Amino acid sequence: MTMEIASARTAVAKPPAPGLISRRVLGNVALGLVLLAVPFWLPLVGGYTDLASRVLIYALAAMGLNLLLGFTGGLSFGHAAYFGLGAYGVGLMLKYETHSILLALLVGTLVGGIAATLLGPIAVRRRGIYFAMITIAIGQMFYFLAVRWNSLTGGEDGLTGFSRHPIKLPGLTVPMGSVGFFYLVLVCFGACALLLWTVLNSPLGHTFVGIRENYKRLIFLGVRTKRYLAISFAISGFVVALAGGLNALLDNFTSPNTLNYTLSGDFLIIAVLGGMRNFWGPLAGAVIFILVRDYVSSITDNWMTVIGLIFVLSVLFFPLGILGFFNRKSAS
Amino acid sequence: MGLILLFNAFNGLIQGAFYALMALGLALILGLNNTINFAQGAFMALAAYFAFTLVPYTGFWGALIAAPLLAGVIGFAVETVLVRRLYSRKDPIYTLLLTFGLALIIQDMIRTIWGAQGKPLAIPGFLNHPLSNTYFFLTGYRLFVVAVALIGTGALFAVLRFTRIGIRIRAGNADLETISALGVNIYLLRTANFIIGIVFAGVAGILAAGQLGLNPTMGDALIMPAFVAIVVGGVGSLVGSLLGGLIIGLASGITTAFFPAASEVVIYVIMGIMLVVRPRGLLGQEGLFE
Amino acid sequence: MNNPSGSFDRRNVLKAGAAVGVAGLLATPKPTWAASEKPIKIGMIDPITSIFAALGHSEIKGAKFAEAEINKKGGIMGRPLQLIVEDGAGSPGTSIDKAARLVSRDKIDFLIGAVNSASALALSQFANKHNLLYVCTGGHVDSLTGKDCHWNTFRTCSTTWMLTAGDFETLFKKFGKTWYFITTDYAFGHAEQADYITQLKKAGGKVVGGALAPVGTTDFSSYLIDVKAKKPKVLCLLLAGDDQVNCMKQISQFGIDKEIAVGGALIELEELQALPQAALYGWWTMEWYWKQPKTPHVAEFVKAYLAKYPGQYPTARSWFGYASVYAIKLAVERAKSIETLKVVKAMEGLVLPPEIALQPGTPAYRAEDHQLMLSMFPGHAIQTGKYPNLFEVSAIVPGAQLALPPAETGCKIKYPA
Repeated sequence: MTMEIASARTAVAKPPAPGLISRRVLGNVALGLVLLAVPFWLPLVGGYTDLASRVLIYALAAMGLNLLLGFTGGLSFGHAAYFGLGAYGVGLMLKYETHSILLALLVGTLVGGIAATLLGPIAVRRRGIYFAMITIAIGQMFYFLAVRWNSLTGGEDGLTGFSRHPIKLPGLTVPMGSVGFFYLVLVCFGACALLLWTVLNSPLGHTFVGIRENYKRLIFLGVRTKRYLAISFAISGFVVALAGGLNALLDNFTSPNTLNYTLSGDFLIIAVLGGMRNFWGPLAGAVIFILVRDYVSSITDNWMTVIGLIFVLSVLFFPLGILGFFNRKSAS
Repeated sequence: MGLILLFNAFNGLIQGAFYALMALGLALILGLNNTINFAQGAFMALAAYFAFTLVPYTGFWGALIAAPLLAGVIGFAVETVLVRRLYSRKDPIYTLLLTFGLALIIQDMIRTIWGAQGKPLAIPGFLNHPLSNTYFFLTGYRLFVVAVALIGTGALFAVLRFTRIGIRIRAGNADLETISALGVNIYLLRTANFIIGIVFAGVAGILAAGQLGLNPTMGDALIMPAFVAIVVGGVGSLVGSLLGGLIIGLASGITTAFFPAASEVVIYVIMGIMLVVRPRGLLGQEGLFE
Repeated sequence: MNNPSGSFDRRNVLKAGAAVGVAGLLATPKPTWAASEKPIKIGMIDPITSIFAALGHSEIKGAKFAEAEINKKGGIMGRPLQLIVEDGAGSPGTSIDKAARLVSRDKIDFLIGAVNSASALALSQFANKHNLLYVCTGGHVDSLTGKDCHWNTFRTCSTTWMLTAGDFETLFKKFGKTWYFITTDYAFGHAEQADYITQLKKAGGKVVGGALAPVGTTDFSSYLIDVKAKKPKVLCLLLAGDDQVNCMKQISQFGIDKEIAVGGALIELEELQALPQAALYGWWTMEWYWKQPKTPHVAEFVKAYLAKYPGQYPTARSWFGYASVYAIKLAVERAKSIETLKVVKAMEGLVLPPEIALQPGTPAYRAEDHQLMLSMFPGHAIQTGKYPNLFEVSAIVPGAQLALPPAETGCKIKYPA
């Protein structure tokens, strides 16, 4: 436990020492360059650009979830609901209202985010296992709603009949092929990462971490913890909804699966696997999770066992995640 | 219409008894092992497949007793090798993800061993008929399930009330640290509790398979209503789980009569309302697992 | 974009290498030979896991059986056929991921697969974006060869519409005029029910009641309570998969099948296999059946299939996989090319020969909507049946009689410029 607190402080709460800043900035710049160049180097190592987009989208969702999970201490097992709402928002907008994918993304993000903002206050009334149960219940409600409301959502068959149109900016048209779309995802990812980073390094973020570490003491100090939990819930809901919208664009399709609690489980394991106390943990988790699933499922029918083993082993041996594990090693 | 409503209400109660039976094992494990066991559905399926394999040798009744015990053995291994390591971690996320992963593994193993093709589980012929022509939905088998649910709850209640291990389990639910300080081996206690929970899952799984047939994904459909039953009834109260199962069964039965499309959503709505209005559930203890 | 250009590139590289020296000299004679050996690749995306797994396994077995048979007889235009199977898990998102991988890494030439409609629609759209021929093996949704049709998509299994037309007459004439429907609550069921009701009204029958059951319903007793109250002559079940199995079991437990005739549209051998003996009843339609004593080639096919998969009889799903692979082979040979547009054109109107069709008549992929005009096999479950003898075919109805005329499907195919 003490170890977790310590690593969390180095990750966010404690203002970093001057020497660390440059190292961290260098690291982030390097990460940015690697991501920017994905369409150039990925095919050389046998990958394809759409896969990279998928990794980034899942990383974005897990990062959004992780604001609540890893930094505020709220175990939500229902964030797929906001992911799916974002996806249906985008799909329905493109199908019926507009050809502008930016406008559709905006609406999708708002739909999912506002839902999270409204439902968060209900969920945060309880903590721990109860909080997890409430979030599952809310999530499953949306899932069955999508399955049953055939006329709007297409039911089990999913929502089809929309696709990515080029982005038209004044004097510039950006085509939305695999590569163009990847950069759209990257821009969204970068913007959200910056937003989350700013939040975490603000007084608001410090309060979040405080709630995670010592809920009762903050109540005694007069902090309205539930309100802050709800704020964290809402912000994470907006980010996850944006990821869901992007996912619908990647597939040109969305289905009730994007609302199911099993997807929430995937997001959780991505965050835990990468390191839920680390800012970039979800990205590392998404890279590993998506690539392993993609690779293993094409070489064996028993890929579900392998994914299950990832859950089991990472819980048993990497409770701080891959990044947490290495941070601890380098620290000792 | 009145008669149909009455039929549906009765029918819902029968279905609810079924949910309650599934919820009992889940509630036990949630109580003392502090674990939301997502693998409970997979254990139900596993026991049902064990029964499928055993029926030719032992008959239905033999399988109904032996298969849950076999599942219990696997449960014993899972608890001692895996779940036990996580008790010291306060964050519930770890056991949640562990059992989520286990569910995937067990389901995949079932598919590999027994195949993806659905299979029927033969039930004794004399249970397979309606008891009367008017109340045709009261088949022998459904009444048998209700009886098992009631006896199971009763037996569990008696064990918890009157036996040493039962009293310790209840005490452990209330305050684990104190009974540990009093010299009770809580590791042993938790293992025993986990096994009892899995055996209950096994019985429920076999009874479900008799009604619905077997396929590797059957656990997925079974676990959620059980889970809802616990929350509605109140965590930490076994009678509550029984009551919760009956309530959601009744609600979904009545909803089916008027608006079938909402028959699944309604149980989540009830759960949501309950969590808002009375978060500890009908008979749950305040402040548990916070 | 397909394959020959690939070998040209390599040849050019090698030629450039030849200028350097010995390596080029050694390698130069090889490319033409190597090019003829390069396999034609069909990517197949079908559920190996998830609730659709049993049906997926059958389709994959059928396709693999075709692959082995084709390769034994010299491949396609002298080139070997390679079938690459990926697990789509019945999920559209996963299916698309797998398709993307097959295209970019394995460089597949053609795509087949899908059990459920959602995956089929998603794959059809994906293939359209990637200029790829897609043959849907088992997703029944009407719109795939209707309003959402694409120039590059074909379908081997029937449309929802065709399924309903198979056995109406039998049920109506044999059992009576008052009907009750239990229908699965999504597009597939709604479409089926609408068509039955049209036929029922035309014939002078009456709907006495109906219920829409959500997909995944495990307990049908409340619907059956209403059925008993309404006392129809015919109870028509328009369900699929596990729902069908569960409902049929409960009907038999309640003894309703003894009082009311039960029937419906599609049933699959995989479903009948999952039923206990007491629940084997009713009048249904199969899309293909292994027992056709009067049709040539079927017995040999079944025998060879059993030799490859001992104890497992081919189902309609197996035949979908088998016929889809063969259809591609025949179209490629007709087009003498593997270029997508040429193969598509060759597949339009393609008639499956008797040894592939394995049914009477001449099923063809209709040019207007790319739908295979396969026959329907109405009949009834055998109450005392033992696997594999679970179904008695009463008639084989040619698909062209049942399908909507092309003008009414809503499909307008637009080819790329």
